[in-house]
Amino acid sequence: MPIIQAFWAIIRRDLLLAFRRRAEMANPLFFFVLVVALFPLAVGAQPNLLRAMAPGVIWVSALLAALLSLDGLFRSDFEDGSLEQMLLSPHALSILVLGKIIAHWLVTGLPLLLVAPLLAVFLGLPEQAMGTLWLTLILATPLLSLIGAIGVALTVGLRRGGMLLSLLVLPLYVPVLIFASGAVDRAASGLPVNAQLNILLAMLLSALVLVPLPTAAALKMSVN
Amino acid sequence: MENSQHASLQASELSCFRDERLLFSDLSFTLYPGEVLLLEGANGSGKTSLLRILCGFREADAGEIYWCGSKIAESSYYNDMAYVGHADGTKKELTVLENLKFAMALGSAGKYDIEQALDKVQLAGFDDNPVHTLSAGQKRRLSLARLLITHNLLWILDEPFTSLDRQGIKLIESLMAEHIAQGGMAVLTSHHDLSMADLNLKRIHLQACQ
Repeated sequence: MPIIQAFWAIIRRDLLLAFRRRAEMANPLFFFVLVVALFPLAVGAQPNLLRAMAPGVIWVSALLAALLSLDGLFRSDFEDGSLEQMLLSPHALSILVLGKIIAHWLVTGLPLLLVAPLLAVFLGLPEQAMGTLWLTLILATPLLSLIGAIGVALTVGLRRGGMLLSLLVLPLYVPVLIFASGAVDRAASGLPVNAQLNILLAMLLSALVLVPLPTAAALKMSVN
Repeated sequence: MENSQHASLQASELSCFRDERLLFSDLSFTLYPGEVLLLEGANGSGKTSLLRILCGFREADAGEIYWCGSKIAESSYYNDMAYVGHADGTKKELTVLENLKFAMALGSAGKYDIEQALDKVQLAGFDDNPVHTLSAGQKRRLSLARLLITHNLLWILDEPFTSLDRQGIKLIESLMAEHIAQGGMAVLTSHHDLSMADLNLKRIHLQACQ
């Protein structure tokens, strides 16, 4: 089907673009590693304190790294006219947008997922919480890309939308942060985490369905 | 091009304000296959705004646009039109070939394949060059090549001759003549006067109203 072809084509194109601009794309990951690595230096060598802080530190850094990477989601397409061409495509813009969000997650979210266990060991997160940390990252980093997409689509037409973007998106990120770091915290003390994981899963599934349409509408407004 | 005989682009009583300044009002026209509409007017008279309204990027402040008799949102308009604007719509990190392949995936296949189209716009041999290594005129040719590889009846061109050399201008004119001869239509703005005498040309002169 042509729409599915277009969907894959957009993912492929964005991954290729990310590969060609790899220095730029590594920025959020670098930021993530740096922030987590700086905490022990600032707090001092207190293993107990670091262990207790680990879920929060990792999750706050992951969230800020995601926020940092958001602006690139539609910015370059907006500036070079590619977005106009996507709007004029006979295919549904929401599907194309979903393709872009998935590509964005593959480039910015997936690397966090791979590095996070390393950083967790570095902060001394108990082994029993490692699996939960992974699960929360798998569920919640795509959620960050999805929620962020609406904010970026709304602000991409503004010359200085950066501040506004954070203001729009951060309140929506807060529940994700609370449930994700809460789950890791509970797992570290050996408590069940099903409730938190289920809520994250529910949020992810509803965002997958609910985000593409308003994002497409917001992009149409921004191109105006 | 099936049912190109029945195709028509109709604008009825369009008006457009920009920053509370009236750019045009009660603008109506109908374009049939084989016709070219040339928009003229001074800078800031609303040529680009009109094109963006025709593309559906902007809402007209009044009036409606019809494609084959139905409103553009309810017709096959976006399947039948192609737009080349000020921004090239190409990715400078990707090669010529990668850009055109992506353009093809967004639309449906047209008259020519990629190789033929590159030949037509005299970019043959540049397939694997990243777009940022091309000159401004070559970039323009590349975005015009997009018109050839996707299916379309209506070309909407905003200053298509910008940064093209004399030979490039001739080339685009001949491509346009070919498109028109095959039952296509085109709306364009240009400061360069079209030199094709045999073209079925309509003109609209936009004058900024106060």
